[in-house]
Amino acid sequence: MRAFRILIRSINDGIRSVFKNFSLSMASIICSTITLILVAVAMVISANVDNFTKEIEQDLTIVAFVDNQATSDDVENIKNELSQINNIDQSQTIYKSKVEIKDEMRAESNIFDAVMGQWSDEDNPLKDTFQIKVKDIEKIKETAEEIQNINNISTVKYGEGMVDQMVNAFKWIERIAYGAVIALILVTIFLIINTIKLTIFSRQREIGIMRLVGSSNFVIKTPFIIEGMFLGLLGSIIPILLIVFGYTYFYDFSSGYIFTPLIQLIKPFPFIYYASIIVALIGIIVGMIGSASASKKYLKV
Amino acid sequence: MKFIKIEDCYKTYKNGVTATAGLNLEIDKGEFVFIIGATGCGKSTLIKMLYREEKPTKGKVIVGGIDVAKLRNSKVYKLRRKLGIVFQDFKLLPKLNVYDNVAYPLTSMGLKNKEIKPRVIKALDLVGLKEKMRSYPNELSAGMQQRVCIARAMVNGPKLLICDEPTGNLDPETSKEIMEVLNQINQELGTTIVMVTHDKDIVNRMKKRVILLDNGVLASDEMKGKYKVNESV
Repeated sequence: MRAFRILIRSINDGIRSVFKNFSLSMASIICSTITLILVAVAMVISANVDNFTKEIEQDLTIVAFVDNQATSDDVENIKNELSQINNIDQSQTIYKSKVEIKDEMRAESNIFDAVMGQWSDEDNPLKDTFQIKVKDIEKIKETAEEIQNINNISTVKYGEGMVDQMVNAFKWIERIAYGAVIALILVTIFLIINTIKLTIFSRQREIGIMRLVGSSNFVIKTPFIIEGMFLGLLGSIIPILLIVFGYTYFYDFSSGYIFTPLIQLIKPFPFIYYASIIVALIGIIVGMIGSASASKKYLKV
Repeated sequence: MKFIKIEDCYKTYKNGVTATAGLNLEIDKGEFVFIIGATGCGKSTLIKMLYREEKPTKGKVIVGGIDVAKLRNSKVYKLRRKLGIVFQDFKLLPKLNVYDNVAYPLTSMGLKNKEIKPRVIKALDLVGLKEKMRSYPNELSAGMQQRVCIARAMVNGPKLLICDEPTGNLDPETSKEIMEVLNQINQELGTTIVMVTHDKDIVNRMKKRVILLDNGVLASDEMKGKYKVNESV
């Protein structure tokens, strides 16, 4: 109970100290606000990139065309061989005969229907296909090559080239965004360390008196740590507002996609709430790390 | 067992200055002891070792059964909660009022407000400052600030009160009042008082045990002693 009371008093003291040393606190809050805005922007970008990379990856399908001369035994054989390839998601492999494909295409368009309606099964130039999804998108090229080597497979298509480039580009954007988030968090920690350091220096005499009258390290340090956490939390208010209103506005303004409907943005709800909580937590944790490290270094308790 | 026991105590600072050199001293519970000596004789270092602001380089300093040399930095607060310290410059927290200054040692121990209040009022009553509890330190005279310092030192009911030149910044009349308060604490509460002073009149008037230090060693130790720094140094 005593430790709890000390903690409550420390929270009280830490929060009061933010307002007592208002100019110093404001400098720190403004700095952490700016960096947390950048963190929030980088986070929103990386979440969206991650999201549409995954969506594109989920949509990626390898289409394997079967030779027209292949018999039903050959098709069974292909099925067997496909089931041996580890990277293939077996549950999503779909086999369609050229008759089924012709029927589907005729149903989609009147022109197709007019042209294909005259084809007998023997005239049908289409090919039987396997639509295949892979587990690891980065190995799609190798998997496509393995499929190509199966007997009676004439062609394998998976949007090679364009897909590879797009996935690579997104991966790079994501890495840069993550790198920016980490760098900005480190900058914020550094700013908070400096603020708490200045607060400690300006209260050196007070801290000395606290020690002399029998205050434990916990009692001396905790208010500074709480102060750092509170500074971080205050610094996250504007970035949170920016996420909540800014992202919602941007989503509505861009009709939910960038450049092309293929690149869909994450829907604002509940994304903005999760993102806000993460920004607030980053602010608080970064404030805590900064103030704890400054207290450890400069309090010498 | 003696309340304070100092055995063969050496203290040499990093710059090579020796403050105490083989000091031996014993103080009983309930005693009122003056420590006198010329500037640089080691008296400040001695009392700083009593509240573990300094550590002996060699030897033992035992206060209330605690060997201060063996006390880890993180545990020093446990020793300081058992004693009260009165400073020449009062060391009050300027942003806290008299009540909160006196209550500070108890709040930092995590006591409940209802436990703190009667003890603070009792301590302020002891020094005659109950009516000033809502004032801030800068609104008080030097004598009053020293009384607040004494109240803060006494609020936890310590067995030992260490006074580092408590009258150094006060005029003779106020010094007399402060000494009356300290004497009352010693007589009525049985608190051991160790006081460093340069004030000849106070030492001569009080007729208490007087320990004279010279170059870090005990030069004389007299019951009902007199101030004799000028004669011996």
